[in-house]
Amino acid sequence: MLLTVRDISKAFSGFEIKNVSFDVQPGWYFVLLGASGVGKSLLLEIIAGLTRPDAGQIFLNGKDITSEKIQKRKIGLVFQHNTLFPHMTVYDNIAYPLRSGHTKSQISKRVAQLAENFGVTNLLNRKSQTLSGGESQRVSLARTVASEPDCLLLDEPICSLDATSRPQIRTLLRRINANGQTIIHVTHDYTEAVSLGTHIAVMERGIIAQTGKVEDIFQHPKSEFIARFIGIRNFFKGHLEQPYHQSGLKLFRTGSLDFSVLTDRLAGNGFVCIRSEDVTISNLDPMAKPTSARNNFEGTIVDIVRAGPGIEVIVDINTDKSKLINKANSTPLEVAALISNESVKTLNLHCGKKVILSFKASAVKYVEE
Amino acid sequence: MKTETLKRKYEPLSLLFAAFGGVVLLFIIAPLISMFLNCSLLELAETAKDPEVRGSIWLTLLTSMAATTIFAIAAIPFSYLLARKQFPLKGLVSGIIDLPIVIPHSAAGIALLSVVSRGTFLGQAADKMGFSFVGSSVGIMLAMAFVSIPFLINSARDGFLSVPVRLEKAALSLGASPFRVFFTISVPLASRSIVSGLILMWARGMSEFGAVLIIAYHPMITPVLIYERFGAFGLKYARPVAVLFVSVCLVFFIILRLLVRGKDAAHR
Repeated sequence: MLLTVRDISKAFSGFEIKNVSFDVQPGWYFVLLGASGVGKSLLLEIIAGLTRPDAGQIFLNGKDITSEKIQKRKIGLVFQHNTLFPHMTVYDNIAYPLRSGHTKSQISKRVAQLAENFGVTNLLNRKSQTLSGGESQRVSLARTVASEPDCLLLDEPICSLDATSRPQIRTLLRRINANGQTIIHVTHDYTEAVSLGTHIAVMERGIIAQTGKVEDIFQHPKSEFIARFIGIRNFFKGHLEQPYHQSGLKLFRTGSLDFSVLTDRLAGNGFVCIRSEDVTISNLDPMAKPTSARNNFEGTIVDIVRAGPGIEVIVDINTDKSKLINKANSTPLEVAALISNESVKTLNLHCGKKVILSFKASAVKYVEE
Repeated sequence: MKTETLKRKYEPLSLLFAAFGGVVLLFIIAPLISMFLNCSLLELAETAKDPEVRGSIWLTLLTSMAATTIFAIAAIPFSYLLARKQFPLKGLVSGIIDLPIVIPHSAAGIALLSVVSRGTFLGQAADKMGFSFVGSSVGIMLAMAFVSIPFLINSARDGFLSVPVRLEKAALSLGASPFRVFFTISVPLASRSIVSGLILMWARGMSEFGAVLIIAYHPMITPVLIYERFGAFGLKYARPVAVLFVSVCLVFFIILRLLVRGKDAAHR
């Protein structure tokens, strides 16, 4: 275990985190997902040592670092707001953690290498105040990685950036993680969690509501809160195929099923999300007229549960055919549809009933991995 | 649009306040100008050749600079502590720092004398080491520092307060020691206020009269020399010394200000 957080509590006036525990294995990209003000940033500050917890312990590589000094922790923190040293150049900022125990030529070699990896070579002589948001974030990341932390903490590293820098920083973060760097990333944006995280912890009012792999959390949210917060009940991992026409309509392959997806993204591995509000259910009818929904599946209702003001109907759309052919492939593919109580009555829906489940290609949100 | 701004510029209230400002400015400048105008170049040249005057100006410049430098070593870290840490009786400590500003400087001299004169513990210790606070340049420095140190501490503290704590925390999390963070982040970022505090302390020390007079009449710093010449020979003999000293102070002051501004521009 690389990092273990045990029963951390901290109370401020009118705000607290309570008994937060989780484990992070080496190489994980661990996303702490939660709405603003649930204590995510506070938790990062506690792990980094900027704030002392009221109770609980933190272990890094098995060593208790709860009361270790900030500078001895081997934990790097990239803050939400720019913390580049304004009186230094980009070079001096990146070299800052390297100053002790390295010769001048070692430092310049390492800075040059980091600058290249992070795409900031052309900025090295600039004053850090003259950089754009995306450039600053690259330099901050390079500087923190230069300190060779065992665990890299990121506090909302993307949300304050403009739309063009976001995908670039995302790619960069993925690459840092692929090099073996363990990352804990705090965000309120589920698309970041989906596109970057290997594991997710959802925070709700000062506690960790659920932790698990990305697919687990999105497909099986433990509580209504999580389901509502992440907003997406239907979440599938798979591969986006090359389009069959010049149109934006593409095919997304997940398990034995194909979804039609309207996206301008290129082919590759990724996730699709479909809001349960966008899914409609109808009774089997051979005479049904075609609609604009590109995705129509026959399936069996496996569950009907109350969800807020409506009813959530869970339909398994993995066809009987595939179940017969290959037993290993027989994992159910459940899609949730949020419909009204009245519709359940009118359509006479009940568990075990066969129905048609439909959603538009434009209702499928594709997020690349 | 343009006429609107013009109108706003010349509204009656602003004009009234500008008139007040003019009176205040005149009040500061008029006596200085009058002093300069009443002093002939010949008098000034002769005074500048006077070894006693030259010696006293050098002594004043050097003692005030030395006092500022020596006390800054302790005062700057202390200002950092005041800006960053909460501790019991902090309000009282801040009040004590401002005390030298509010007490009469002759009284400050008397107070200092009562801890450094020959009969006291410090005085005797100095005696054993072969010097004396009273009537020496060391005594002059003490008197100058006593009355001027609040300017440095307050200015440096404000400077440190303006440095974002998160930058210091970021530096710590990059593995730097608190010592290194202080010297590479806090001090450089507060340098503008620290330097202007140093200039203020130095200028205030250089112009000190009351406290120095009590502790060290001799060796004679220029403010004391001006007072002595005025008392012994009158205005005509005191004025050229005053003009010369004010000119020297102004030159130094302007050079330092320009240097600070140049440094700021380089920072930007």
